[in-house]
Amino acid sequence: MIESFDTSLVDWSRGQFALTAMFHWLFVPLTLGLSFIVAFMETIYVRTGDLEWKRITRFWMKVFGINFAIGVSTGIILEFEFGTNWSNYSWFVGDIFGAPLAIEGIMAFFMESTFIAIMFFGWNKVSKRFHLTATWLTAVGANLSAVWILVANAWMQDPVGTRFNPEMARNEMTSFWDVFLSETAVNKFMHTITSSFLLASVFVIAISAWFLLRNRHVLFAKRSTVIASVFGVIAAIATIFTGDTSARIIAREQPMKFAAMEALYEGQTHAPLVAIGAMRTDTTMVPNPREEFIFKIEIPNALSYMVFLTPSGFVSGINDLVYGNEEQGILPYQERIDRGAVAINTLKEMKRAKDRGDEAQFTAMKAKFEDPQWLEEYYKYFGYGYYKDQPVESLIPNVKLNFYAFHIMVILGGHFLILSIVALVLSMKNRWGDKKWLLWVALLTLPLPWIASQAGWVVAEVGRQPWVVYELMPTVAAVTKISPGAVQLTFWIFLVTFMALFIAEIKILTAQIKKGPEEK
Amino acid sequence: MLKRIFLFYYNGFRTMTWGRSLWAIILIKLFIMFVILKVFFFPDILKRDFSSDEERGDHVLEQLTNPLNND
Repeated sequence: MIESFDTSLVDWSRGQFALTAMFHWLFVPLTLGLSFIVAFMETIYVRTGDLEWKRITRFWMKVFGINFAIGVSTGIILEFEFGTNWSNYSWFVGDIFGAPLAIEGIMAFFMESTFIAIMFFGWNKVSKRFHLTATWLTAVGANLSAVWILVANAWMQDPVGTRFNPEMARNEMTSFWDVFLSETAVNKFMHTITSSFLLASVFVIAISAWFLLRNRHVLFAKRSTVIASVFGVIAAIATIFTGDTSARIIAREQPMKFAAMEALYEGQTHAPLVAIGAMRTDTTMVPNPREEFIFKIEIPNALSYMVFLTPSGFVSGINDLVYGNEEQGILPYQERIDRGAVAINTLKEMKRAKDRGDEAQFTAMKAKFEDPQWLEEYYKYFGYGYYKDQPVESLIPNVKLNFYAFHIMVILGGHFLILSIVALVLSMKNRWGDKKWLLWVALLTLPLPWIASQAGWVVAEVGRQPWVVYELMPTVAAVTKISPGAVQLTFWIFLVTFMALFIAEIKILTAQIKKGPEEK
Repeated sequence: MLKRIFLFYYNGFRTMTWGRSLWAIILIKLFIMFVILKVFFFPDILKRDFSSDEERGDHVLEQLTNPLNND
């Protein structure tokens, strides 16, 4: 079945989507985090009346505005791509994606046209408290508008609260709350916003370090560092907590992704966590034992403990999942493929019966999609059916990429926590800035939160391959059969446009940062 | 009230300094996105090619099931 799809079309469509999403994500986390940092700064200004805090607030608000302006609406391109490159997918998920994205669009429009306008145009025109309220509402609104797209993404990872309508080939929402409050959705939102807060905190600490290194606007830089480091420490701890919960959910709901994150080929109890490691070969195909690492430093029992809160917990490996593990009740992929093929054939038979007007056969086939036992035994594995006659190993995601992306994210997260703590402790002692090398470390850390954040999304999205909707729709079945040339052309158009926008952002941002805060 | 809101926005835009170049970028970006990309490169395939949801559903059903050749 797979061979009937044009894999170059799939690859280009995936590449284009990844390019757009990753570009969009350069701006979003800074918007989410900086909005709250600015709100805290302005709160201090309103409470103390100290004009230095007003200068600080206005400077970071300007940075927020530049980032927001360059990044705004870049996410809409993703929706264009859904309709053109991913029409099968768009139709298949229709109702689930449509509602959250519509709410997001409406919320974003009202937020941007009202609260942000008051933030930027309202200084000295509305009361201090009214202005502060608008700043807080901008922060809350920006973060809330992120809820919807994350809920939609979470549904793709863990499709709950829906039923499949076989006649329309479409999923229909049966419970908004099951979709909205699924454990995956809640945790995804929390992990995303807390990590965005951390990114913005590190950004403020780094830019402030630049001012301190140049011995310019020292009070401004030190006060900015205090706010950012407090926010950063809290955000880092929250990110670790939500990340830990996220790992537990992934281990339960998407065990293959979890095994790939740790490059765990053979499942085991007392499973160790690889703290640092370098992989030797192309590790996508099994069997490929852990000895393939060039080197690794492991923390004994930590992986089992992380998932089950006990070292004796069994963590499934890639081999267990692919070939099955009877003792652990894991169904082999071949069995899932066979069951999925039955589900696809049933759908096909239903369609044929409808086309030839065989009402009895049509009703019989359709009824299967309403039978809970049949759904559990066959439809649950629908997506696997597309891999009939394919090697089961083709269902394994890119292990190396997942392993490195996950570990880069975690290691950098640890670095941000330490940096925030050091900046906070030294700021409290009024000694932040005494050691130049620390300021250099802070400044050189500037690009790293973006690398960590993008790596997190690589884990989330590459780790769940080959699925676009987990176990129901593989990426190859989601794509529209259009000319790969058309996708390639728009890919290059995007690349050039995004580069131009990125250069514009960096240029405007650095020019404004170099100017520093307004004169007193 | 409406006049005050209008003047608030009007004066805000009129007195912008660094914001002007940002608005230029936003408008160019929106033009590229909605007038060039959306119109010429990113049609909604199912909306363009089919007139009803039944036809769209039937097409996707065909896409999802037809390539299977393992009867």
